[in-house]
Amino acid sequence: MKLLRLKPGHGEIVLAEGDVEVPEQEAELIEAFRRELDGGMWAAVPTVTQGGRREAEMVKSFGEVPRDAERVIFFPRAAGGR
Amino acid sequence: MLLALSTAAIVLLALLWELSRPKLRDTLAQWHRQRKAAGRGAAQLNYDPGRERRAEQRARELLRSCVNDEEWGMYRDLGFMRVWGRLGERPGADAHAMAGAPYAYLVYPHKPIVAYLPQTGVLLNEYCVAFPDHTRPYGSARLPDSDDVLAKWMALTADEHQLIADANMHLPGRQIDPEQIRRDLARLSRWERERLERAQRGAGSVPAS
Repeated sequence: MKLLRLKPGHGEIVLAEGDVEVPEQEAELIEAFRRELDGGMWAAVPTVTQGGRREAEMVKSFGEVPRDAERVIFFPRAAGGR
Repeated sequence: MLLALSTAAIVLLALLWELSRPKLRDTLAQWHRQRKAAGRGAAQLNYDPGRERRAEQRARELLRSCVNDEEWGMYRDLGFMRVWGRLGERPGADAHAMAGAPYAYLVYPHKPIVAYLPQTGVLLNEYCVAFPDHTRPYGSARLPDSDDVLAKWMALTADEHQLIADANMHLPGRQIDPEQIRRDLARLSRWERERLERAQRGAGSVPAS
């Protein structure tokens, strides 16, 4: 699983990468996940439905991330624009 | 005698000061100019003209890997993406899931999201929303164009209600000219027709043996 973050002037950066089945790596993923959420980011998991439709799922804790998810994408929280 | 010497010294100092003042002023001004130039030089050294382009290239690749082929092709060819509203499914996709008239959004980079009725072309609202990164890496809070589209796409497909609640809603035409949107809808319609024709030609063609 990769944790990615959208970043101005750069595109996405890899925050952490690891196997959720390996406890040490999972712990690193969880720590990075919490750090981003505490920093005010939103987290989404791109998914493909059974019908083949692509969409995203917002997650608010690492426990909500599907174990087989390949990526979690963090991006700044939405704010009303002008 | 002492008084005369002191007076002479004071007069000498005053003369020297008057003589050296313009030179001192020029030296000080030059020092300020050099400092400013050094600052500009450092900023120019940090500025990378290709960075934004590389960021956008990365963002496009990520967007492409997340959305479906139709959405990606639409964005690549037209510069915007249509995202179907969740409360009204795409016509014909799943009749049981339809609840009310189908509606959709046009997602532009760094512009409001436009809600409209695809069957009639009626424009509903503009939803002004941004994803500012307050950490301002490289001095900007603004995501690359394709990352902005991806953020809108993720937020719309994952939690449409939340995104719409966070956005500032306006009548159509506040930021994007309705005529421009109508032209974009006409381009979209033409693009879909051509895509369908290509698919039909591809399905009907017989490979040469």
